[in-house]
Amino acid sequence: MAEELVNVICTFCGSVCDDVLFDVENYKGKKFCKLGSGKFSPKERIKSPMIDGKEVSYEEAIEKAAEILVNAKRPLLYGWASTVNEAIRLGVILTEKVGGIYDQCASVCHAPGTLALIEEGVPGGSLGEIKNRADMVVFWGSNPLEAHPRHPMRYSVRAKGLLIKDRKDRKVVVVDVRKTKSANMADLFIKIKPGYDYPIISALRAIIKGEESAVPSEVGGVKKELLKELADMMVNAKYGAVLYGLGVTQSRGRDRNIENAIKLIQLLNRKTRWIIWPMRGHYNVVGAGEVPAWEAGYTYAIDFSRGYPRFSPGEFSANEVLQRKDCDAALIIASDPVAHFPRASVAHLKKIPVIQIDPFPNMTTLVSNVVIPSAVAGIEAEGTAYRMDGIPFRVKKVVETEYWSDEQILEKMLEKVDQLMG
Amino acid sequence: MSDIMLHIKNGIVIDPKNGVNAEKMDIFVKNGKIVEESEVSGEVKTIDASNKLVVAGGFDMHAHIAGSKINVGREMRPEEMRTVRLIAGKFRASIGRVLLTSPAIGYEYAKMGYTTAFEAAQPPVGALHTHEELDAIPMIDKAALPVFGNWHFVLKYVAEKDFEKLRAFIAWALERTKGFGVKVVNPGGVEAWMYGGNCKSLDDEVPGFGVTPREIITALIQETENLNLCHSVHLHCNNLGTPGNYETTIESMKLASKFSNEKRQVLHVTHVQFNSYAGSSWRDVASGAAEVAKYVNSVDNITIDMGQPIFGHATAMTGDAPFQFTLHKLTGARWSNKDSEIEGGAGIVPIAYLPKNPVHALQWAIGLELGLLVDSDKVVLSTDYPNGGPFTEYPYVMAMLMSKKMREKELERVSPYVQKATNLPSIDVEKTLYEVIHMTRSLPARVMGMDSKGHLGVGADADIAIYDLNPLEVDPSNDFETVYKAFKTAVYTIKGGEIIAKEGELVKEVWGRTFWVDARNKAAMDAIESDLDDMFEKYYSLQRVNYGVEEAWIKKPERLVMG
Ligand code: SF4
Ligand SMILES: [Zn+2]
Repeated sequence: MAEELVNVICTFCGSVCDDVLFDVENYKGKKFCKLGSGKFSPKERIKSPMIDGKEVSYEEAIEKAAEILVNAKRPLLYGWASTVNEAIRLGVILTEKVGGIYDQCASVCHAPGTLALIEEGVPGGSLGEIKNRADMVVFWGSNPLEAHPRHPMRYSVRAKGLLIKDRKDRKVVVVDVRKTKSANMADLFIKIKPGYDYPIISALRAIIKGEESAVPSEVGGVKKELLKELADMMVNAKYGAVLYGLGVTQSRGRDRNIENAIKLIQLLNRKTRWIIWPMRGHYNVVGAGEVPAWEAGYTYAIDFSRGYPRFSPGEFSANEVLQRKDCDAALIIASDPVAHFPRASVAHLKKIPVIQIDPFPNMTTLVSNVVIPSAVAGIEAEGTAYRMDGIPFRVKKVVETEYWSDEQILEKMLEKVDQLMG
Repeated sequence: MSDIMLHIKNGIVIDPKNGVNAEKMDIFVKNGKIVEESEVSGEVKTIDASNKLVVAGGFDMHAHIAGSKINVGREMRPEEMRTVRLIAGKFRASIGRVLLTSPAIGYEYAKMGYTTAFEAAQPPVGALHTHEELDAIPMIDKAALPVFGNWHFVLKYVAEKDFEKLRAFIAWALERTKGFGVKVVNPGGVEAWMYGGNCKSLDDEVPGFGVTPREIITALIQETENLNLCHSVHLHCNNLGTPGNYETTIESMKLASKFSNEKRQVLHVTHVQFNSYAGSSWRDVASGAAEVAKYVNSVDNITIDMGQPIFGHATAMTGDAPFQFTLHKLTGARWSNKDSEIEGGAGIVPIAYLPKNPVHALQWAIGLELGLLVDSDKVVLSTDYPNGGPFTEYPYVMAMLMSKKMREKELERVSPYVQKATNLPSIDVEKTLYEVIHMTRSLPARVMGMDSKGHLGVGADADIAIYDLNPLEVDPSNDFETVYKAFKTAVYTIKGGEIIAKEGELVKEVWGRTFWVDARNKAAMDAIESDLDDMFEKYYSLQRVNYGVEEAWIKKPERLVMG
C-alpha cells in the first residue's frame, strides 16, 4: 500500500518532538525514538467501556461514573499527565464541582521542583535557547538518552544553533550516582555518592563565591579538584544550562536540592548567563500543572472539598490521600497508579470505586469498576500539550476512530454530574 | 451576545467620545448593540437608572492577565491564592489576592464595570498558551499584543534595512499569534541579556546584530503605520526602573515625531511611571514626571498609560528579563526567568509597595503626577496589572485623580521623601468625572483603535456600566469616598447586552470575544517565505508547520481585517 506520511507530534515523553512522521496507511511512525514509536504503533487497547467487567455503551459507563463521583464525599481525580489541556481543564472543573481532590503525576516525581520554585523562583529558558546558545550543558540526575532519547539531538547535546555550530562548541557534563548511557556522550562524567547532591551544590557555590577554603578535600565522593574544575567550567561558560531529573528530586534533600541548585544559578548569573530546567517526563505533565494553576491557582495536590481550592502537598497529594483513606472514590485518567504507587496506596484503591479513563489497559484497569477507553491524543485526538519547557503544541488527529477523546468523555461526564447535582 | 432588548431609563450619561457630559438620557440595546429608540419594540427589559451614572464598560488596555508569565507567578506564589473571593456554586470558585485565577479575573473586572481587557505581552512562541488562558477568562472581551522588540527576524530586517520584509513579517506574526498589535519591550536589551548585558541607551548596539534600540523602534513605528494597524506601536522603553531614565523615555518618544496618523497616536508608551525617574542613583532619585508630561503634552501623536503603583502586594512580570534580574538583585526576592527561543525573554519577581519606603512612595507619587499633569486626552489609567498592583484598585486611582483632598490625606501616610523629590504635593489639578471616564473608556478604546468600544453611541457594543453616583450632585473633590465606593462595584454591568453583574453579585457567566488583527493584505507576504523556512530550520526548536495558533482553536475569535 502507498505510504501517506504526515507530520505529527509525539505524545510520549516531555520532549514532544514535533518533527516526526506517521504513515497513516500502515499505522507506523517514522523518525521516532524507540519510546515514541512504541506509542505510535498498534497496541493492545481497551476494547469497550465496561462496568464491573461487563461491556456497556459510552453513555452508560459515563452515567455510572458520574453517579460514583456525585455520591462520593471526597473523590480523588488523579493522573492527567498524558492527556491534553482541554481534557485537563474539564477535569479541574469536574473536581471543583464534585468537591474532590485534583492531583497529577508530578506529585510523585517533579513536585520537589515546584516546591523549590515557590522558595526561589525558576531562572529558566526554552529548549530553543539551549540549542542556540548553550556552550555548556549539565545533566544532573537525568538520563536523557534513556528517558528522552531525542532530546540530546534536537535540543541539548548535538543540536546546532545561533552560537553553537558544532558539538565541539559545547561542553556536556553528566552528574549522576551511576554511569548511565547518557554519561557516555558527556565530555565529563562526575560520579557522586547517592544523596550527596546538596553538599556538592553547596561546595560549588562556595567555590564560585571565592570561599573555596570552606570546602573539604572531598565532597560526596568527588574530589575537590574536580569540583573546582566544574565550577571553573561553569563560570567560564557563556551560556549554561542545568537540566535536572528525578535523580535530584527523588534523592535525599528533594526540593532542597533544587532550591540549592537554583541559588547556584542565581549566583552564576552575577558572572555569566545560566539557566536551570527540569527534564519533565510525560508529554503533557507540564499542562497537568499549568491548567489547574490558571483555573484554580495551584498545580497539584488541590482539595476542593470546601468549595474553593486549597493546596497542601503531603496532605492532598494522591498517595497521602489514599494512605489516610481520605477519599471514597477515584477517577484515574492517563496514568497507572496501581503499577507505580506504594502498596498501601493501592490497597485503598482496591477498596473504593475506581473509574479509569485510558486508551490502553494497564494494572489500574484491573482494580477499576468503570473503565472508559479513550482515543490516543496525537494520533486519534487533537488538543494542546506543553513540552517540558512550557512551549505549547497542538497535537494532531490523523486517524479516525470510534473511541471518544478524553475531552469528549469528560464533557459528557460533567454534563451528567450537573444533571445529577440539579 | 443576547437578543434581549434593554431600555436603560433616566440615567445620567457621560460619554466623552460623543461629547455627552452628564445628560439625562435613555439608552437602548438590541442584539448586543446600542441602537436608536425606534429599533426596540415588544418585549423590552427596562432598567431604571434614575440618578445613576451610565457609562461605557471599562476598557483595560494594558494588563497581564494571561499566559506563561502570570501563570508562573501563580505557581511561584501560592501565598497569593489564600484569598477566597468566591466559593463554587452557580459560578466557578475564584481566588487570589493580587494574582487572580482566570475565572476570578473575569469576575472581578465584571463586578467593577469593566468589560474589556487586553493582555499586553504575549511571547510569540507561547501564543497558544496565552490564548488558552484568555479563553479561560469569562465575562470580558480580550486581545493580546505579541512582543517584537527582540525577535531575531526584526533585528535582522532592521539591520538589513529591509522594511518591506519587516512589514510582511509583522503581518505574518500577528496572524500566527492571533495578536492585536506590535508590543516592544526593552528593544535590543533582552537580546543583550542573553550575554548578561542590557541596552541602556537608544544607541547601545545589540550584540550580534549591529542595530540599536533607536533603529528598532523607528522601523517598527514606520511599518506599523505602513500596515495601518488599528493600534500603534506599544512601547515599554529601554532602561526601565533606573534613576535618570526619564531622558531615555523622552528620547524614545521623539522617535515618533516624523510620523502621524489621523485616527490615533503613532506611539503608545506604556506604564510610564516606571520610566519617569530623574536623579543619578537610588540615593538621589526623583521624579521626572513633569518633564515627561511636558513632552507628551507638547505633541499630538503620543499617548501613555500610567502604570500606577498601589500600596500593598504586587508581582513584577515583564518581558524585560534583564530588568527583572536587577530587581531580584536589588530586593533579594524570588526570581523566575524565561529566555525564549529567538524571540525574547521574561522575568517575574514578587514585590510589595510600602508607603513608608521612600522609593515606593516616590513611584506612587510619580504615577499620580503623570495622571494629573498629562492632558486627559493622552493618558490612560493603568496599574500595569500586576506590576503596579491589582486592577481592582482602579477606583482608587480614579478617585485620587479627582480629589486633591484625598491626595493630601494619602500623602500623610507616605514617606516624606515624596515632598522633596516630586511635585505631587503642590499639584492642584483635579480631573473631572468626565475626564476620568474618558481615561478609562473612550481613550483606551481610541488608543487601541476599537471603534465599537468605549462609548455609548448608536452602533457601539452594548458594554455598559451603571454606577451609584449622580454626576449632577456628587462633588468628587470632597466626596472621594463615595466616588471610590461607587466605582468599586457597579450597580449593573452589561456585556454585549446582557446583565452579567449586579451590585457586586454575578448574574450570568458569558464569554467574550478575542480580537486579532489580520494585515496580510497590506504586505508582500511571499517576500519572507524562504527566510521563515530558513530561520525555523536553523534556530527554532520546533517546526514552522507547528508554530502559531489557528482561529478554530480559540473560543470566540474575531478577526479584524486592516483596510
Ligand atoms: S524523544 Fe520523546 S517525544 Fe521525541 S520521539 Fe522519543 S518519546 Fe517521542
Ligand atoms: Zn505591562
